Amino acid sequence: MKLDKIKRRDFIKSSALAGSALLIGFNWMGCNADQAVVEVLKANPKEWFDFDAYIKIGDTGLVTIWSQNPEIGQNIKTAMPMIVAEELEVDWKDVIVEQAPLNAEWYKRQVAGGSQSIRQGWETLRKAGASVKQLLLETAAEKWEADVKDCSVAKGVILHKDGRTIGYGELAKDASKKELPTEVTLKKPTDFSIIGKSQTNVDMDGILSGKPLFGLDYKKEGMVYAVVMRPPAFGKTLDTYKDETTKKVNGVLDVIKFGDKLAVIGKNTWAAIKGKQLLEATWKAADKLEDSTYHTKALKEQLAKKAAKPKRVDGDVDKAFKEADEVIERTYEAPFLPHNCMEPMNFFAEVTKEKVLLVGPVQTPKWTESRVAELLGRELADIEVQMTRMGGGFGRRLYGDFALEAAEISSKINKPVQVVFSREDDMLAGTYRPASAYRFKVGIKDGEISAYHLTEACFNGAMFPPMESNFPCGAIPNYRVDSHTIESNITTGAWRAPYANFLAFAEQAFLDELSEHLKKDPVAFRLALLEKARTAPVGEEHNYEVDKMKGVIELAAEKSDWKNAKANKGFCAYYSHNTYVAEVAEVAMVANLPVIKKIHCVVDCGIVINPKAALNQIEGGILDGLGHAMYADFEFEKGSAKSANFNNYRLLRMSESPEIEVHFVKSNNDPTGLGEPTLPPAGGAVANAIYAATKQRLYKQPFMKEIKVLE
Amino acid sequence: MRSLTINKTPTMANYTLKVNGESKTVNADIDTPLLWVLRDELDLKGTKYGCGIAQCGACTVHLDGEAARSCSIPISSIKDKAITTIEGLSENIDHPLQKAWKAHDVPQCGYCQAGQIMSAAALLKNNANPSDEEIDTAMYGNLCRCATYLRIKQAIKTAAKNS
Repeated sequence: MKLDKIKRRDFIKSSALAGSALLIGFNWMGCNADQAVVEVLKANPKEWFDFDAYIKIGDTGLVTIWSQNPEIGQNIKTAMPMIVAEELEVDWKDVIVEQAPLNAEWYKRQVAGGSQSIRQGWETLRKAGASVKQLLLETAAEKWEADVKDCSVAKGVILHKDGRTIGYGELAKDASKKELPTEVTLKKPTDFSIIGKSQTNVDMDGILSGKPLFGLDYKKEGMVYAVVMRPPAFGKTLDTYKDETTKKVNGVLDVIKFGDKLAVIGKNTWAAIKGKQLLEATWKAADKLEDSTYHTKALKEQLAKKAAKPKRVDGDVDKAFKEADEVIERTYEAPFLPHNCMEPMNFFAEVTKEKVLLVGPVQTPKWTESRVAELLGRELADIEVQMTRMGGGFGRRLYGDFALEAAEISSKINKPVQVVFSREDDMLAGTYRPASAYRFKVGIKDGEISAYHLTEACFNGAMFPPMESNFPCGAIPNYRVDSHTIESNITTGAWRAPYANFLAFAEQAFLDELSEHLKKDPVAFRLALLEKARTAPVGEEHNYEVDKMKGVIELAAEKSDWKNAKANKGFCAYYSHNTYVAEVAEVAMVANLPVIKKIHCVVDCGIVINPKAALNQIEGGILDGLGHAMYADFEFEKGSAKSANFNNYRLLRMSESPEIEVHFVKSNNDPTGLGEPTLPPAGGAVANAIYAATKQRLYKQPFMKEIKVLE
Repeated sequence: MRSLTINKTPTMANYTLKVNGESKTVNADIDTPLLWVLRDELDLKGTKYGCGIAQCGACTVHLDGEAARSCSIPISSIKDKAITTIEGLSENIDHPLQKAWKAHDVPQCGYCQAGQIMSAAALLKNNANPSDEEIDTAMYGNLCRCATYLRIKQAIKTAAKNS
């Protein structure tokens, strides 16, 4: 990333998109700059001075920090600027945060995904703040004809040991003319005064007062709305259509065909929605029309096979099975899942001869920009991408299909257009978490696991490296992972904690069953395996640090009082997205059905940047995980999903949310992410707790379909 | 919401609404849900679209102080009921619920939160000190995909205490 001085005003002049209000402030959203900050103590500056890609300082000492990554609710829009502010040594009260536009020259990885924003931004953000602080110190020292070593800084004020002071506001103009230093010292974590303290969400006021922050809220003069009719089943294509009735609807401007789809163009959203309801189309089967019975059968068929190229092999599982005292095998299955972001898919595009303006909620603005460029045959330099806040992402908005639709429609109708998905459109459009199945086969010899063979079957993909080296890899002498992918015309994509979101439950429920079979305590059983991986690790590297996994397991056992009160409790520990998590679920029987009462959660994510926000993410991940594990039922019939809205698809509600207690492993290690890691273990903890309470083992999600009411 | 079949009778009309204490006149189709009148005709974007069939609560507004799902109420049925949206809940983002939402750092993505607050405000108007079960029941119709439920509940209790 370019840490050179960037003259933002030069950028504004030089880019073909001069005058784009987004770069100046919140104005295009109808907010005043004041409203972005809770308590502005300093006056609005008359002049702003640009430093690096992250920082501009006003003549009154007010500071604007640009947040580079798209915001999906993980609140990196607060955390990432906090990191910059810490090293910059300003008072958080003096900071205004603004969403940066897409700019590949200034920012690396403007992506929301993989729980990587803070982890990958950590060093860059710190250096960005530290280098500007250093520059300001040097500027003050020069002004005072003093030694930099005699100057210190706190809360945006530089202090000379002789008592002289000067604020960043006074220095900004002179400092902004100088070169940024290349050598900087970073603060010690023990000196942090912003990081580690809870800070309010920078968009809090906007959210609470209904400001137009989200993609669907974007509106531009002259904009029209498009609601799209897409194939009603995977495997069907458009045959004929009749749009006379649609065109009679008040506000409907046109119906256009693009590819295999029909777009109803309306003056307002309702006209377009209504127009689509009245659009008549016939579809013909062009490919296989799949149903859930076929999916289950296909997955099971693959599980019985060995892959041509296994993902990992240690020792020889087949030999070990032959020599084992006993062999145990279990199979676990999970359905396709829609993401159901609360804000349905939508995007705005204005395609003209001069430029392409793209505005909306997308987790991958750079990739989307290049795909639109390719689709329309345009230069990247002609395209501007503005990121709005997103009403959830969960992986669905990684795929900018909605942006491509908006771009294509706009170029066809020569108008600025916002594509809006209804909830039904959104749930039926695809890009699902793929259905998958896991088979675990272990051999037991002399009371120990001598062989462990995991087989995966999945549609349109397979677990990605190095997941095949996750625990308990390294602890078992004969270990093998096979993966089979089956092609499906049902489109699939990453769904919060891909593969781990189901594999964690399967693996940890299986370990629980094994530990019971071997008459071992589940926690002790895991710790014993970890010791094996530490003292005599099998094979090449494995994908976890023994001490960190041990740390979360032991703390979770302590906090949940595992030793003394195991009744109706289920244990689960999982490492994903660089973060270690252990969860203990507590279940109570109510009217002969298990009810989840409480989740204990222990997290090792290194330094916690914004504690309140971190807790929010942790709770959200847990509830997301257990809600889908318990209730999410999504089946297919003749290529169509059987659920299209919340009246026939169950999402977790408030009354079903258990109490959650969280503990962090205290650490000064570099921070790792929280967007996904607490989701995978939730299903496992819940399944194991349900077993403890009901003696029913669960092998399929959603659990509610499997659980039998006890007499 | 199912729309009316198109026939020869004109269905566009002027409607004068009381929105957040102001009189607003719009021209809209007879079956236009209040949600879309608010968002597209009056540019009040705080009220959100989530499902269109009153299953998620993102569109919650007040009609004469009672919670209502604006996605399922045609504009022609509003008449002179007072409409309150999130934008009109308070002058300075200082309704006890808004203050409590801030104190408990409730939102994640934030998309459902206006609807959550409007449902909660109607609850507290009718029941100043709701129990856990009463909160669960009143808020059942409001989905939060990010699952900020625990914080919403804490914030409602805090607001009840501070009202």
